[in-house]
Amino acid sequence: MKSSKRENLIRDIIINGTLLLLVLLWTIPTLGIFISSFRTRFNIQTSGWWTVFPHKEWQLVEELDIPEGTDPDGVMNIAGATGTFDEFREGIITEDGRQVIWSGNKALGTIRIKEKRWDFLPELTLNNYGQVLAGKTYEIQTADGDTMTVQGDNFLGAFLNSLTVSIPATIIPILIAAFAAYGFAWMNFPGRKLFFITVVALLVVPLQIALVPILRDYVKLDLNGTFLAIWLAHTGFGLPLATYLLFNYIKGLPRDILESAFIDGASHFTIFLRLILPLSVPALASFAIFQFLWVWNDYLVALVFIGAKPDVQVMTMRIAALVGSRGSDWHLLTAGAFISMILPLIVFFSLQRYFVRGLLAGSVKG
Amino acid sequence: MDGQKTRTFSLTSIAEWFGSTLGQIIVAIVVPVVTFIVMWRGFIFLRDGDAPKLIIALVAIIWGVGGVALIYFVTNWLIERLPPRWTERLQPFLFVGPAMAILFWYLAIPTIRTFILSLKDRTGQEFVGLQNYAAVFTDRLMTIAFRNNLLWIVVGASLSVVFGLLVAILADRSRFENFAKSMIFLPMAISMVGAGVIWNFIYEVKEAGAAQIGLLNAIWVALGNEPQAWTAFNQPWNNLFLIVILIWMQTGFAMVIFSAAIKGIPNELIEAARVDGATEVQIFFRIMIPYIMGTIITVSTTIVIFTLKIFDIVWVMTGGQFGTHVIATQFYRQAFTNQNKGYAAAVAIILVLAVVPVMIYNLRQFAEEEAF
Repeated sequence: MKSSKRENLIRDIIINGTLLLLVLLWTIPTLGIFISSFRTRFNIQTSGWWTVFPHKEWQLVEELDIPEGTDPDGVMNIAGATGTFDEFREGIITEDGRQVIWSGNKALGTIRIKEKRWDFLPELTLNNYGQVLAGKTYEIQTADGDTMTVQGDNFLGAFLNSLTVSIPATIIPILIAAFAAYGFAWMNFPGRKLFFITVVALLVVPLQIALVPILRDYVKLDLNGTFLAIWLAHTGFGLPLATYLLFNYIKGLPRDILESAFIDGASHFTIFLRLILPLSVPALASFAIFQFLWVWNDYLVALVFIGAKPDVQVMTMRIAALVGSRGSDWHLLTAGAFISMILPLIVFFSLQRYFVRGLLAGSVKG
Repeated sequence: MDGQKTRTFSLTSIAEWFGSTLGQIIVAIVVPVVTFIVMWRGFIFLRDGDAPKLIIALVAIIWGVGGVALIYFVTNWLIERLPPRWTERLQPFLFVGPAMAILFWYLAIPTIRTFILSLKDRTGQEFVGLQNYAAVFTDRLMTIAFRNNLLWIVVGASLSVVFGLLVAILADRSRFENFAKSMIFLPMAISMVGAGVIWNFIYEVKEAGAAQIGLLNAIWVALGNEPQAWTAFNQPWNNLFLIVILIWMQTGFAMVIFSAAIKGIPNELIEAARVDGATEVQIFFRIMIPYIMGTIITVSTTIVIFTLKIFDIVWVMTGGQFGTHVIATQFYRQAFTNQNKGYAAAVAIILVLAVVPVMIYNLRQFAEEEAF
């Protein structure tokens, strides 16, 4: 009995330990840019983001002149450390844990003494967000020592564009799909089966198939770069899954509701609006979250259909452009990437239950 | 008397006409077309307008969502004015028509159009037979793309499934199950572009001697090695560093589905095995895996299809340089950078052909269900 208790404990430790390790591995990448987005441009460039955690660091405690009569070409003995000039340039660690460094050249130099001390207070700032959101300027030191003023970026506009694209591109396909799902589930008409087979067949068709022909249509219709163009595209690509999921749900609703409503003289349209839509809220919410995250995070569709219009650009396009043009401006990139994640993360954490339910309802999307 | 007769006659004939198949089809097409024209004019007006951004955004959202809802209402109102017999015939097409019209416009017809385009030259003017396909299969960059995509699928999809299963099983026996699952699932909410930034930062490289700000190089250098540009050198293994991102994102998806499947395994089954003296490992391989095999296949298929079309990660991380092109990035490059439409269409058709087995499987499943 006792040994089985010990076995259980060991098993518990192994399970929880492995899990914790995996969670850590999965979280660290995001944590890295989250922390970095609050660090100054200079700090990001010169030290790893993990240095914001309390750690021991060499800190300057004393600066001395070179003692009189030191011969830099021989072995020297300064401040308790012994070594040649080259060794002093590298820094010599004394027995009491101090580091003695020769700073400067042989003729003109100083001795710096450093000690390992705890660094508790990281230097954090909100400036990155100001620069990336509202286009605030910032100064950088160029290689020859001059300062240069650089314009930040305008993510606020891109954020609004992303919202303007995502909200209708979520609601419109749901509305259209809900009507269709009701039609397929509870109405009779010629071609019903054939149409639904089309829906099922289109579930896995990759959207790449449509990009070139649709772009041609859009150019002909002068639609390129409008919000409508991208809503319709997302509607088209999201419809098979939406119709399929909602059909499965609506079909499962009790049939007597429909029949008793009919006896009361309600029309299909009224039944759909008053009865079916409210009853389908869980399924609608599941798909809404799915579609919202998909549209908000989409890059390819936006790139193809609004690529040419800079003032309609969405978040993902701005970030990708920033990666391309200012790939080492990590203070802007990290803050920008984090801004683009805020909304999906809020949606995700507050509605996780619905999202999971949506995923479980079967999701093979093209 | 005579006039009245004619009028009744013409009314019925109009109704008759509306009720005919042709009429049904026309109503189904007219509704979306009218919606479309109204919204289209509105949007060109909005695009070319100069109002403040916030106003444009608000108006666009209300216009878009409201417009679609309004079209349904108005058309339904019209249909319900008709004699009941016609209402009954027409109404299903109001419900199903718009969805079908959009599906045909955006997916079904483009498949045919792209196929025709794939038989034409780069401008889409003249037929060149199967030349594009021949080019696709002999082009060196394209072969690399095929190889890479295979690597993505073999390594990326399978490790996502393995990790997903591992986490699901560990979490099921852990005290902080919900926390662990949320954290592993979190990357699902992030865009692939955002994930690209996150991992670019991990892979960031500084010259030897300088402080490494990328986590991977910091560890690598601390172990006494030279800093590496992970995504650029050592081809084709640099692809693995991109594939890690996919695994990071898709494990959460696999985990959620597996987690639900595992909870569906009857407890008695596992208890009985325990009583019979089965070890945990035996329970895992002999009971759990066979029990959730169907789920494993579904999840694997979904992730494979997703991986087949992988684009954003590669495009943001390397732009396809350093031998990292995949099928979808080649498609994009040919279609929009090189403007070689015929070639791009052939690539897209190959993508579709790759999913045809899944499509057939889905249709079979659907045919077997008796519910329809």
